[in-house]
Amino acid sequence: MITLARSSGLTARERARRAARGGASRSVPAPLLAPALVAVAFLVLPLAGLIIRAPWGRLGSVLSGSDATQALQLSLWTASAATVISLIIGVPLAWVLARGSFPGQRLLRALVTLPLVLPPVVGGVALLLAFGRTGFLGQYLDSWFGLTIPFTPVAVVMAETFVAMPFLIITVEGALRSADQGFEEAAATLGATRMTVFRRVTVPLIAPSLGAGAILCWARALGEFGATITFAGSFPGRTETMPIAVYYALENDPDAAIALSLVLLLVSVVVLVSLRDRWVRGGSAP
Amino acid sequence: MTDEGIDGLVVDAEVRRGDFTLVVAMTVAPGQVVGVLGPNGAGKSTLLSTLAGLTPVAAGRIVLAGQVIDDAATGAFVEAAGRPVGFVFQDYRLFPHLSVAENVAFSPRARGMSSRAARSAAAHWLSRLGLADLADRKPGELSGGQAQRVALARALAGQPALLLMDEPLSALDAGTRLDVRAELKRHLSDFSGPCLLVTHDPLEALVLADRLLVLEDGRIVQEGTPAQVARQPATEYVAKLVGLNLYAGRADGPGVALAGGGAFVIPDRGQHGDVLVAVRPSALVVSSQRPQASSARNTWPARVAGLTLLADRVRLDLEGQPPALADVTPAAVAELSLSPGSEVWVAAKATDLEVYTHADT
Repeated sequence: MITLARSSGLTARERARRAARGGASRSVPAPLLAPALVAVAFLVLPLAGLIIRAPWGRLGSVLSGSDATQALQLSLWTASAATVISLIIGVPLAWVLARGSFPGQRLLRALVTLPLVLPPVVGGVALLLAFGRTGFLGQYLDSWFGLTIPFTPVAVVMAETFVAMPFLIITVEGALRSADQGFEEAAATLGATRMTVFRRVTVPLIAPSLGAGAILCWARALGEFGATITFAGSFPGRTETMPIAVYYALENDPDAAIALSLVLLLVSVVVLVSLRDRWVRGGSAP
Repeated sequence: MTDEGIDGLVVDAEVRRGDFTLVVAMTVAPGQVVGVLGPNGAGKSTLLSTLAGLTPVAAGRIVLAGQVIDDAATGAFVEAAGRPVGFVFQDYRLFPHLSVAENVAFSPRARGMSSRAARSAAAHWLSRLGLADLADRKPGELSGGQAQRVALARALAGQPALLLMDEPLSALDAGTRLDVRAELKRHLSDFSGPCLLVTHDPLEALVLADRLLVLEDGRIVQEGTPAQVARQPATEYVAKLVGLNLYAGRADGPGVALAGGGAFVIPDRGQHGDVLVAVRPSALVVSSQRPQASSARNTWPARVAGLTLLADRVRLDLEGQPPALADVTPAAVAELSLSPGSEVWVAAKATDLEVYTHADT
């Protein structure tokens, strides 16, 4: 005979919850709870430290310093430019990867997503070797058009695009794969060419994922450090983005570093909130 | 090629999808509505998707309004977008991000009208189908019947030469289905081109179609007017669909030896060879004892395997030689105290048996 376990009791609230939603006990076993709490502490405490140590008194004066403002402006416009470029060339590539059928498709997908796992500094070196003054493309840009890319704001945008575009591509490609192709078939029977179908049916239907991908891409571009500093350097006002400014400020003016970090943290939180409420949780476009 | 002179739809084609092969040869005249019936997997949807240009033929050709739109021999193929075909999908597939008016204007716009002309074309179709009030709604805000009408308006707004409908009423609940069916009948009679209507529901096919086409296993097994098909089904599937008992057998004057065991006495019309025998479930008489001195020429013992309550009658599933479906009143069930396992006698008058050959269907 099975012996009944001792009654452990059930609060009125827990009774109500189980009655309403069903399901047995949801208490977390102790062997999982302890490591989970350690993980939470590890992720949250440093950020809390940032807020506690922040020079709240002179925050305004630090941030209004010309260096910080310049860095913030540069970061915002380069990240936005990188996102726009990614949308213009990345979305078509996502479509080709999702809907096309050609030899080497899997290899191409692997290559495209490589920057996701590649250390950004390697990306920067690669860009330098390609577009640097003596690079295999850069030497012609230099000798034919007199164009020099490295260590310019253009280089910042290129480095950010290189690192961030794959985030957009994989998000949009996934959405295209899981999208209901019945709508596209219906559009075809209504006389729409492939391009019209893409423009008027496919893109609007994947708009939520397109938005999520663009935001992820922008956030990644905003935080870009390794590829940017390698390919574009760190000239204040020209190529010194926020993350690079934080890095250098930490050496001479820790308070400024903390203030700049707070700004980036704030931007990240805003991005996360907008992602959660509008895109990530699913559902249709607003 | 004489086909090209004909105005409607001429199909003589073979379509392959994996292991499945669909073989269809048919002609549909302008203004004619052909109901396509068949069990799941018979190839009904494949037929529509082939006509719409979503699946190419493997052999043969399709000619619509005198134009070859698919020909495996010459390689001619008009893409789906280039075919003058209107397709009403089973799940409607209204674009969720566009309003009702934009959905209906989609095809005129895609087929080259200016956006202003497309809007007025859409307005015309919306008012014609009584949808003008819904123009600004999104598909998510429509009832099933409304969505069905919008799907029809959207298909017709492209001014198709051929209309395809894949189970247009199956997504509706029973109540609205009757209303929408009557309305659909009206709109179909206004449509001047050929129309194919796939359905599972024999009643829907009988009401809406001028002609029926029955597909089974990728082959046409029967073609004819609804009355013909209902009276003389060619296969067991069709017989079940229209609620008839159907038996295959060999006639020899006044008798038929049934292929599945058992025999029937039939009116002697000098028939010999393979025949089909159809009998309505309501024509069968069920008694608890062997009928004595009856005019019914056919009596045989059977066992009740199941009882199903229909609207006003009880359908008995009878096991015997041959098996049969018989309709009796609930009062008769009570009087004979019928229940699964009851032993009964079944009787059928020879004159109630419809005897015909495959060639007749």
